Amino acid sequence: MPVIYMDNNATTKVDPAVLEEMLPYFSEQYGNPSSMHTFGGQVGRKLSEARERVAQAFGCTPGEVIFNACGTEGDNTAIRSALGSQPEKRHIITTRVEHPAVLNVVKHLEKKWGYEATYLGVDEQGRLDLDELKDSIRHDTALISVMYANNETGVVYPIQEIAEIAKERGVLMHTDAVQVLGKVPFDLKTLPVDFLAVSGHKVHAPKGVGALFVRKGVQFRPFMMGGHQEHGRRAGTENTTGIIGLGKACEIAMGNIGHENSVVKGLRDKLEKGLVAAVPDVRINGTKDSRLPNTTNVSFQYVEGESILLMLDAFGVCASSGSACTSGSLEPSHVLRAMGVPFTFAHGSIRFSLSRFNTEAEVDLVLAELPKIIARLREISPFKRGEGEAPACTC
Amino acid sequence: MWEYTDKVREHFINPKNVGEIPDASCVGEVGSLACGDALKLYLKVDEQDRIVDAKFQTFGCASAIASSSALTEMIKGKTVDEALDVSNQDIAEFLGGLPKEKMHCSVMGKEALEAAVANLRGQAVAPHQEGEVVCECFGVTDETIKRAIAENKLNTVEEITDYTKAGGGCGKCLDKLADILAEMKGQKLKPLEPVAQRPAGLTNLQRMKLISKIIDEEISPSLQKDGGNIELVDVDGKKVLVQLRGACSSCKSSQLTLKQFVEKRLRDAVEPDLTVEEVR
Ligand code: FES
Repeated sequence: MPVIYMDNNATTKVDPAVLEEMLPYFSEQYGNPSSMHTFGGQVGRKLSEARERVAQAFGCTPGEVIFNACGTEGDNTAIRSALGSQPEKRHIITTRVEHPAVLNVVKHLEKKWGYEATYLGVDEQGRLDLDELKDSIRHDTALISVMYANNETGVVYPIQEIAEIAKERGVLMHTDAVQVLGKVPFDLKTLPVDFLAVSGHKVHAPKGVGALFVRKGVQFRPFMMGGHQEHGRRAGTENTTGIIGLGKACEIAMGNIGHENSVVKGLRDKLEKGLVAAVPDVRINGTKDSRLPNTTNVSFQYVEGESILLMLDAFGVCASSGSACTSGSLEPSHVLRAMGVPFTFAHGSIRFSLSRFNTEAEVDLVLAELPKIIARLREISPFKRGEGEAPACTC
Repeated sequence: MWEYTDKVREHFINPKNVGEIPDASCVGEVGSLACGDALKLYLKVDEQDRIVDAKFQTFGCASAIASSSALTEMIKGKTVDEALDVSNQDIAEFLGGLPKEKMHCSVMGKEALEAAVANLRGQAVAPHQEGEVVCECFGVTDETIKRAIAENKLNTVEEITDYTKAGGGCGKCLDKLADILAEMKGQKLKPLEPVAQRPAGLTNLQRMKLISKIIDEEISPSLQKDGGNIELVDVDGKKVLVQLRGACSSCKSSQLTLKQFVEKRLRDAVEPDLTVEEVR
């Protein structure tokens, strides 16, 4: 059975062109880029090319790009560096809808290191309130960390405005841009953030590689110490093949932004509209006005997300859910809860995230099967329209 | 993704006995939409107290649906009393096992059954609703928690969450859960003094059974608290052969544990001339 992969916010397929670019550097050109000999030096030159490609995509200089292992590492590094370089400042601002790579770091800093944190809320559409942000900035605010786009709902935040506010108030600004690379154009020449983290495997490069932008002139405290790789900013022998892959993937992504916002967006819209038309009692989570072109988060009332996913799995369809049963916790996604999505919807939420490798036939298959799955599960469910308001949990 | 057995998948994809029984003798309802899973169980009971039909409606994940389907299959044809003997473990076993994080689905099945029987017998509340609510997030009572601990031999707060969901929300009740657990464990250790209770003149078989019971129910849980465990390998006359596991096996004081704790306890509870030896 062919796999219909619609879970690209979780991870993506390595683009064949990316793989081809990487292949010679596994067992032919395997030299250490730091070595003195010509053999290693060739690899070093290839890394420089990758760095230039990433810098090109970011609109920054190659010297502002640090290669690392993943988006999580970038987030951790940026936050720790910002705090480490301003020890007198004890306050952090972030949002309630961040990825755990930020949220759990901030919670840890609060608990173990006595930092104070403000978690900005979102409205029912998933939007931030910039006045709330402005009001929460204090004289001892060390960092504002706001994701560029939400991984679960695809809501894109006004990072330009937020970064300008931060700059005006003299506060460092980090953004987790893992979901936007190749989907939302940005240019670090005009976007005044100080740190920006991306991850390879979300843009058709392999897993295990990422990049962190650190603006020139911003004090930097390395997270990993050891050798002098990455100019002493990230020790450890480079993941050369991964970095080469990320460079190539960035180059391709830049050429594809138009395609993402026309063709991929078209498929997403077709899927979304089709589901809303075919299934009663659904809602789309996240504002329609500012959303990633590839993501839709749909909630089906009276049914549970894991059940939907497993039934989709029988057709080879891969998606994900914000339901409690798939999150490993017993409560539905913190993002949907922050948005105040009613429990009756939150438990039945499914995220489809498309890529340029999806086809219209795949969308058609989901549109043909999913309404039947929902109907079937609703048949099993004791809750029906009109009698759905069961006693609420007090959590 | 969870690792479900084929049996779980089968009962999820093609659940048996889905639906309502319009003229049901009784109905049992547990859970809610808000909590993420809910089960409504309908039973048709004849004059002989035999369950002639059972149907269900479930809102929940695959294992909740599979557990409901399994439950109805297991109780159909049984008398009400026989049905009440079905434990949540039995439901899980029927399905070839459930992931531990999903054991609460089997507990939900058991609770729905009890609620239905309470409804049948005109009782106002099912046993799981008795007691005080400890976990507000999921409306779990102390009675439910205590029963889950006893019936499933739970040893950690995490396991309580796996089996009852209590503690899986805001986490406010975690301390209370730890207290209940400690209290339960304390109760179990209470019969420590009663040297007098020691049975006299055991047969080989009785001795082995008693030893194994004490190891399973008392010694092993308390070693598990420290990250270790113990396993009974053999009983050779008055010699008890055991193997230490986990933290205990590498622990320098394991010999001490063996003599001062395990041997002493077994001597007190079984026979005064037992010796405990470790086999490696
Ligand atoms: S009260 Fe138990 S988890 Fe919230």
